[in-house]
Amino acid sequence: MNFLMPDFYPAAAEIFLLAMACVILLLDLVLTQKQRWIIGLLTQATLVGCAVITIMTASGQVVLTFSNMFVDDLFADFLKLLVYFSVSVMLVYSRGYLALRGLDKGEFYLLVLFATLGMMVMISASHFLTIYLGLELLSLSLYALVALDRDSARATEAAMKYFVLGAMASGLLLYGMSMLYGATGTLEIGGVAQAIYHGVANKTVLVFGLVFVVSGLAFKLGVVPFHMWIPDVYQGAPTAVTLFIGSAPKLAAFAMTLRLLVYGLFELAEQWQLMLMMLAVLSIALGNLAAIAQSNLKRMLAYSTISHMGYMLLGLISGVAAGDRHFALNAYSSAMYYTVSYVMMSLGAFGMILLLSRAGFEAENLDDFKGLNQRSPWFAAMMGMLMFSMAGVPFFVGFFAKFSVLLAVVDTGQVWLAVVAVFFSLIGAFYYLRVVKLMYFDQAIDTAPIKANLDMRLLLSANGLAVALFGIFPQAIMSLCTFTLLRSL
Amino acid sequence: MIAAHLLSFSIWLPIFGALVVLAVGSDKNPAPARVLALLVALAGFLVTLPLYAGFDVAKSSMQFVEAAPWIQNYNISYLLGVDGISVLFILLNSFITIVVILAGWRVIEKRVAQYMAAFLIMSGLMNGIFASLDAMLFYVFFEASLIPMYIIIGAWGGPNRVYAAFKFFLYTLAGSLLMLIALLYLFLQSGGSFNILVWHALPLPLNAQILLFLAFLVAFAVKVPMWPVHTWLPDAHVEAPTGGSVVLASIMLKLGAYGFIRFSLPIAPDASHALSGMMIALSLIAVVYIGFVALVQTDMKKLIAYSSIAHMGFVTLGFFIFNQIGMEGALVQMISHGFVAGAMFLCVGVMYDRMHSRMIADYGGVVNTMPKFAAFFVLFAMANAGLPATSGFVGEFMVVLGAVKFNFWTGFFAATTLILGAAYTLWMVKRVVFGAVANDHVAQLTDINGREFLFLGVMALCVLGMGLYPFPFTDVMHASVDHLLKHVAAGKL
Repeated sequence: MNFLMPDFYPAAAEIFLLAMACVILLLDLVLTQKQRWIIGLLTQATLVGCAVITIMTASGQVVLTFSNMFVDDLFADFLKLLVYFSVSVMLVYSRGYLALRGLDKGEFYLLVLFATLGMMVMISASHFLTIYLGLELLSLSLYALVALDRDSARATEAAMKYFVLGAMASGLLLYGMSMLYGATGTLEIGGVAQAIYHGVANKTVLVFGLVFVVSGLAFKLGVVPFHMWIPDVYQGAPTAVTLFIGSAPKLAAFAMTLRLLVYGLFELAEQWQLMLMMLAVLSIALGNLAAIAQSNLKRMLAYSTISHMGYMLLGLISGVAAGDRHFALNAYSSAMYYTVSYVMMSLGAFGMILLLSRAGFEAENLDDFKGLNQRSPWFAAMMGMLMFSMAGVPFFVGFFAKFSVLLAVVDTGQVWLAVVAVFFSLIGAFYYLRVVKLMYFDQAIDTAPIKANLDMRLLLSANGLAVALFGIFPQAIMSLCTFTLLRSL
Repeated sequence: MIAAHLLSFSIWLPIFGALVVLAVGSDKNPAPARVLALLVALAGFLVTLPLYAGFDVAKSSMQFVEAAPWIQNYNISYLLGVDGISVLFILLNSFITIVVILAGWRVIEKRVAQYMAAFLIMSGLMNGIFASLDAMLFYVFFEASLIPMYIIIGAWGGPNRVYAAFKFFLYTLAGSLLMLIALLYLFLQSGGSFNILVWHALPLPLNAQILLFLAFLVAFAVKVPMWPVHTWLPDAHVEAPTGGSVVLASIMLKLGAYGFIRFSLPIAPDASHALSGMMIALSLIAVVYIGFVALVQTDMKKLIAYSSIAHMGFVTLGFFIFNQIGMEGALVQMISHGFVAGAMFLCVGVMYDRMHSRMIADYGGVVNTMPKFAAFFVLFAMANAGLPATSGFVGEFMVVLGAVKFNFWTGFFAATTLILGAAYTLWMVKRVVFGAVANDHVAQLTDINGREFLFLGVMALCVLGMGLYPFPFTDVMHASVDHLLKHVAAGKL
């Protein structure tokens, strides 16, 4: 038997992370509770190491390895760096929260690392199997993380719900992939694209498979009507885990969507654009309307996520119009920019909940933010900026994110869609404004001083300021999105 | 350095000054924040003075232009410049900022630094709106200016402040989001430019112009506000603190009218002509119907708010009769209204600080206890009613003249404001100021102090000065108005 040694170099970061995860796993056995901080530190160091390796191995070329199952391109490198960064920020935010609840065990860090590995594999996948592998690694880690607080009935229920629905979605995705395999005879994304391009695939089978693939993706992105898990999981999970679910995995899900739909099934763009358009409109409408009725901030942000993913889809559906493909680059980079901006805002918003939480108290109700301006004008201003940014008010990053997807939509002549989108963003503005109202116009109920580690305070401040800074100077991230996509298509 | 970037300074100096005010402010010792805010406001006004002094009145093109790339992906640039119309509003805005800082000096006791900073930030943002020649820059300032006002109304306002703040924010946002789509459409039509001046020259078919005009109309009509989308204004005015009401009336309402001049008229000139009948009708409804509504108000702030809507109806009327005297009259009316309505709100604020009531019925015979104040109040009321020799007269007279030239009946209905305005303003003054002392509270009133005398006196000088000698204002705008009217008359078809 002939065994060809694959090129491991493009996957060096993944391999390093896996090795470090094993080291941490073993180390966790010998450390006492007092020495647990080493694990946290080592996890952070692993992420930094991954970032260094990713930067050093970045060639700027599209490099395929492991028999074309794994791809390393600038798009993947950029998204991976963002994933490391947001996971690292998440770990800083959640350190104090977990310690107070006795959840800062080795498992947490390990599961986070494995989830990160899953995301990296998803981002770099160029094969249906690799995508599925990464997705399951991420999902299984997340199911376990949601149930991390095992004595909490709500968390366990959320994890159960997440698992059952998640498994079903994975099934849908797999079924769709098998259809595509049946039609094209290959599992490689590039091969699928080739087969469809040359017209050797049966169109009916393809579209049939596409429906299932889109359903599976929609579940992972959490868009209507596959959104049912989001509010319950966001609310039920420990806030630190909610923060995790609400940030980096969105980047991975975006990458997966782009790899499958754009890299693999671009020839079917007219078909999946129509499907995604319906999902987008429904998500924007339902997400924004349902968020108004919430009194729990985590649940409100969950519905807000649904609507934000809907806006992101608006970018994805504007790539091809009447067979004309020159919109593609701008449209997809606007969707990517939207995702990156959303992750930045989401990190900050859940970080604020963690900041106000303390032993035995979750600051997860809207009323817990009452009078925050009296307790801490600085963090009230940070939260205010985050909320205005999510509402899409300038000068914050959320505005230019909405701007770029709306421009992509109008560019393809779908003005009515833009009108629908802005109409619901007006409704959305109401519930973000309500948070600002609670902080600035109301008297504080909770007057306990805000206690948090210095690193968290600094990072959260930096996060809030970044939302303003990248809102005033959005050029850098926009260009990076366009550039990395251009070099990877 | 300063000379080449005067407009940038007029925008960013107040904003960065506000950040410093926030940094030095503390709840225990608000004095440094107050003083610093006043200094920042004065400096902000000083940097706008060379804009007026160095303005070339013979030119109709943009002056003091600053250009720098901002977001190259979308060809958005940091493009600033003023013509004879916008330069006046920048001056007015920077001037009013000083007045509101003074007006909130002692009255605001909680979170002083935040209060002062909010006004300074708003002042900078609104200068940005008037100075932007890039549509996205304009839009960004236009929307961002909602944030400080929302917080001012909500945090320092009256009992129903939350409702008013939400209504203010959502109404305005609703309008401006449609405008955003219009801007995106124009960007694509013009082949990738957000430069407003490029759009002015962009040929557009009539149906596209009409759609654009309507999208802009929604945004600006809410801001002006025009009947029937005016309902947020009385709420916002009544609930806002005195300073907030002043800025709303003096500057924020002008943003809508300014939008017509900068966007609707020059970008969609043919649609403006086609729809001028509707615009004139809406304006006349504002003048006549809202005038009657003002007559029956029992709350002084509400009465002045409705009077503002009626006066702004005059402004939009002046724009859509398409003659020089009408348009210049409208612009003079905008500036005059900035002084007069601002001063009226300051007067109500002075009384409210003492009595904690805005109800006309709670007052009576104020002249007996506050003679100096009464003199100012009566002067501003006369200006509001359009008495000759006050600034209120000049604009109204010019617009009525222009309207008669356009069509006799339009002029006739417009002229009813002279009766209605006098009726609601003077009747209020009669009930509040004159007569016998109504109750013990009024008997205990103390007359205005030096600080109040200062800001009311300055406003009185402006009102009288502009009424007696309006040429410094009209001369500056003349060339730009002429240019605009020629452009609108030529059309794009």
